[in-house]
Amino acid sequence: MAYPKAEKILKNFKRFFMCCIIAAWGLGPEVVHAQHTYINIKDPFIRKVPLAVPEFKSFGTGGQAPGYGATARSILVEGMIFTGYINVLDPAGFQENPAVTGITGGDLHFKKWTADGAELLVTGGIAEQDGAIRLELRLFDPFKERLVLGKVYTGQQSDLRTMVHRFCGEINLYLTGKRGVFGSRIVFVSRVGQNKEIFISDFDGHAPRQETNHKSITLSPCLSWDGKWLAYTSYVNGKPDIFIRNLKTRALTTIAFDGMNITPDWVPGKLELAATLSLDGDQEIYLLSGKGEIISRLTRSWGIDVSPRVSPDGTKIAFVSRRGGTPQIYVKTLATGEVMRVTFQGKYNTSPSWSPLGNQLAYVGVVKNEIDIYVTDFTGAGALRLTREQGDNEDPSWAPDGSLIVFSSTREGSSKIYVMTPRGTDARRLIDLPGEQTDPEWSAGEGID
Amino acid sequence: MGKKVIRNLVVVMMVAGLALTMSCAKKNIGGDTAALKVNTSEISPEEAARRAAQEKARLLEEQRLQEQALQEDAARQRNLEMSAREQFENQDVLFDYDSAVLSAEARYLLKIKANWLEVNAARNIVVQGHCDERGTTEYNLALGDQRASAVKAFLMDLGISGARITTISYGEEKPLDPGTGEAAWARNRRAHFVIL
Repeated sequence: MAYPKAEKILKNFKRFFMCCIIAAWGLGPEVVHAQHTYINIKDPFIRKVPLAVPEFKSFGTGGQAPGYGATARSILVEGMIFTGYINVLDPAGFQENPAVTGITGGDLHFKKWTADGAELLVTGGIAEQDGAIRLELRLFDPFKERLVLGKVYTGQQSDLRTMVHRFCGEINLYLTGKRGVFGSRIVFVSRVGQNKEIFISDFDGHAPRQETNHKSITLSPCLSWDGKWLAYTSYVNGKPDIFIRNLKTRALTTIAFDGMNITPDWVPGKLELAATLSLDGDQEIYLLSGKGEIISRLTRSWGIDVSPRVSPDGTKIAFVSRRGGTPQIYVKTLATGEVMRVTFQGKYNTSPSWSPLGNQLAYVGVVKNEIDIYVTDFTGAGALRLTREQGDNEDPSWAPDGSLIVFSSTREGSSKIYVMTPRGTDARRLIDLPGEQTDPEWSAGEGID
Repeated sequence: MGKKVIRNLVVVMMVAGLALTMSCAKKNIGGDTAALKVNTSEISPEEAARRAAQEKARLLEEQRLQEQALQEDAARQRNLEMSAREQFENQDVLFDYDSAVLSAEARYLLKIKANWLEVNAARNIVVQGHCDERGTTEYNLALGDQRASAVKAFLMDLGISGARITTISYGEEKPLDPGTGEAAWARNRRAHFVIL
């Protein structure tokens, strides 16, 4: 399992639809499996691929279908722009209008599209009847003059967003070998009145909803690998304890040893978590079962040990310790017990977050009161600074495909949630809510059965 | 130089004091002779009765004043106790940036608090550890815990039972001063005390 999160999201998509028919036209399954990796998302000099998305065709019997077509098109356009490596062309200059002339390969004049500068072309057709929607989407390579993939989705109006994002995931899979961010979620902390509560939104900040209502300080949310369990810290019982919520059954487990119980982080693929407890009077990191029983103790050093983050393959734990006199990030290999210090520059490095491949760590460094996000690759080549002179930047967390990093920043005043590429480019605000938002964690989609 | 200034000051004060006592003495003498003159003049029975009544009223007033003074003393005593209690709760122990080390001033404050805890042996306390907004949420939770623990350990070294002291870290979640800048941050890097 080199890449568990991608597998998980793939499973999510498989599970998703109530009544979804998928058909691949023309080209057989080899298209789906021969993932043509056009784009290396780790390439620092990435060139955005120009994509044409002309107006969708309406097969509608009712008058509402064109409206759905426009909605579906804009969801697709926004989704593809969100990836950071697609440039969606302005439809005003297109020589051909497939909404009129037809959306299948036989109807298209590919030379016109290459002349318009499109390296990829998506056509769409939509039919609506009694609230039920049938959406046809096709991806073409105009230079090779061929259909890359085609899908039909059916569902209710309310599923339109999910249908379109599923196709976005297919485009992503074709281009990068991964389904990308589509279907994933962001879990984060938002101020509600004087309190802090946990919220969950779609990957693009859409539809944020309040998940906890403790009317207390609630922090450090983390969703399990399968998206079913939410762990967090709350002061609702007067001191910081860890809570585990089953999002489906709403069942709540409390981990409340003497002292503080903070910073939970799920182990990928298991119902186990790492967390910081101070039951012996000193903070140490422990491995716990989903029921809150201690499985083992992972650190033995006097002073601060906090913020464990389990690596994507589950073999290592990154954490923050003050054992060297200042807060720095360390990595412990669980099999050997070996502990390695990762950060050496600066006097304050905290909040580690593993890249999905486990070969990089994003973290927060404080230098001369400037709080910024850095990335290190363990080679000792020095860290890359991703944010600079734009307020305080904290709490980095990687997208499941590694294409983006979500973080909180005070660049526009009070703390809000933003995304940027792992090179520090294309930073933009993600979530539009009143009050302060902090501590985002990029997480799996809905639970898998 | 300094000595000279002090000597001059002392001389000025002595001269001023002498002048004051002299003027007061003169007034007293004048007042007394006037009263004597009145006293030596005629004393009628009515006047004697009036004076007796006056004397009685004066004694009553004196008694009232004495009682009031006693009451005020008691109130002052209560205030003293109250202010010791308030001081205990309101005087925070402050820390340096990213530090849970107790400064000399912190240890001095904690000795006063230990005295109060010895006198008020029935009372238990909560020590809250707080941080300034700089740094990260999770690390500050840990740092606040270290600060509260350092305070508890020092109080225990001074003979206070650990069973009477609960610690809780609020990290950067409950700043005393919501502002930014070193003055606000310094106030927020603190251990705060609550008497149960």
